[in-house]
Amino acid sequence: MAELEVGNTKYQTRLTGKFANRKPWKRPEPGRLLAIIPGTIQKIMVREGTKVEKGTPILILEAMKMRNEILSPFSGMVKRIFVAEGDRVAKGQLLVEFKSL
Amino acid sequence: MASTKKIQELKKRREEILRGGGEIAIQKQVAMGKMTARERIVKLLDEGSFNEYDLFVEHEARDFGMDRKKLHGDGVITGTGTIGGKPVCIFAQDFTVAGGSLGFMHARKITKIMDHSLKMRMPLIGINDSGGARIQEGVNSLAGYGEIFFRNTLASGVIPQISVILGPCAGGAVYSPALTDFVFVVENISKMFITGPEVIKTVLGEDITMEELGGARVHSEITGNAHFFSESEDECFEQIKILLSYLPWSNTDVPARKEMKEPLKKYNISKIVPADPRAPYDVRNVIRAVTDGSNFFEIQKRWAANLVIGFGTMNGRTVGFVANQPYVLAGVLDVDSSDKAARFIRYCDAFNIPIVTFVDLPGYLPGVDQEHAGVIRHGAKVLYAYSEATIPKITVILRKAYGGGYIAMSSRHLRADFVFAWPDAEVAVMGPEGAANIIFRKEIAAAEDPEKMRRQKVQEYREKFSNPYVAAAKGYIDSVIEPKETRRALLHALEVSGEKRVGMPQKKHGVPPF
Repeated sequence: MAELEVGNTKYQTRLTGKFANRKPWKRPEPGRLLAIIPGTIQKIMVREGTKVEKGTPILILEAMKMRNEILSPFSGMVKRIFVAEGDRVAKGQLLVEFKSL
Repeated sequence: MASTKKIQELKKRREEILRGGGEIAIQKQVAMGKMTARERIVKLLDEGSFNEYDLFVEHEARDFGMDRKKLHGDGVITGTGTIGGKPVCIFAQDFTVAGGSLGFMHARKITKIMDHSLKMRMPLIGINDSGGARIQEGVNSLAGYGEIFFRNTLASGVIPQISVILGPCAGGAVYSPALTDFVFVVENISKMFITGPEVIKTVLGEDITMEELGGARVHSEITGNAHFFSESEDECFEQIKILLSYLPWSNTDVPARKEMKEPLKKYNISKIVPADPRAPYDVRNVIRAVTDGSNFFEIQKRWAANLVIGFGTMNGRTVGFVANQPYVLAGVLDVDSSDKAARFIRYCDAFNIPIVTFVDLPGYLPGVDQEHAGVIRHGAKVLYAYSEATIPKITVILRKAYGGGYIAMSSRHLRADFVFAWPDAEVAVMGPEGAANIIFRKEIAAAEDPEKMRRQKVQEYREKFSNPYVAAAKGYIDSVIEPKETRRALLHALEVSGEKRVGMPQKKHGVPPF
């Protein structure tokens, strides 16, 4: 038996596996570009140190037979690129980090 | 009269086709721990009742060397038979013939039996065991699937449709079971997925087995795609027979009446529910304490177990039960349990099965994951389904009925026909702890001993509002009853609502929060 709090009251109950294994929510950090879909990095159009505007094309992520152009979510400078062309990436994987100027 | 020679020819043709995919393929099927399609049909139907259709159907594919291939029955066996003496339509894909792959004629055999079941108003049982689309037949194979899905949808709510997954069921093929009413799976045999492990491995680099991706347990516990889990095909067939015993043969039929038996003495309804609203218990025992012979046939037992659904009989008539389960996740409504409840309510409504709802819930499950998963629109499904349902709706509030959960669980406001409550019932906007913390916030903060003051105020609130009488005074609850009076009250309510008629506004159909 576990405890589950609902409306300021703690109930004695069992947890489902799905509930017990749920991922805690994390606030997304600005300036971090994550893979929106699993796929392959086909081309990277920027380098570390490149100045970008919000909307500047950063890389091509090929997934589901589509070449997805990924745009910068941030205006600033490319701080670090974590992937190389040809890399296979998982959903949510960190691709590029930016820093503000 | 046919000549002996012609009869001999017929026998020879039959014999040839009945061999299915041949000795080697059958041995492979057996080695996988599976029955053949024909064995399955024989096991499921009443002895000697199977009438096969379209035995001599042949495919018309010409490309990729298909013109030289003869596929017996085109990989599927179809026909009619009886279960418990009542007629059903059935098809079983034959994995020994070209992997049970679905070609144009294979699909045509299935759609023919589907049309038959809809026209003749009898249940359709589909046994799925197929490698998927027959690639050599190209778009004709896809057309076949589309024709099946369309008929599944037309027949939905008219005749019971049952899918039995006894092998792989992959890609688009999974949508036929998903459109049917009940899906049966068997451990180590059933596999359902849209994208298989190989593709996932190639594209994503994620390594997963078929069983881990879409096995019987996954669909029974995590996805909710399956309704009944069995450890063997035999057990699965027995479950199908039990399920059918509760169902009408169509939406204009009534389920066969079962023998009326009193509930078993061991389910003492006065002793099941603890008075402390925080203490757990198994609500299924409350259901068993009121049903004939204490029989309860649970649906989706392993998925969203915080809400219980299933069939039982009362005075021999089928009743659908919906109940919050305090034993799991305190019985809260969440995304999955809302989905589970709503679909079942709609099923019962479509087939004129009255619903008895047992209420004991603290509300909706709090959490970012729940909110982000859309608990608003999923939770709304419950409200929609209960409001829309015109079958007799009877509610028993066992203990807690707080906030939105109270409204959603077949309340008077959603047009429940009878609302009963036990003396321990607490009908309120929220539990006493939460309510006291808000209403008496200032007093508690200003008190010398805030904790003591808080406890005192909680007690005050509990005494004043945590009872069924405030709601009963408004007529939201019709009657406060002792637990031991529950079965009698339910039997009476069912008895007097047999001829229920309600009007709904004219519309093509509503727009539920799917």
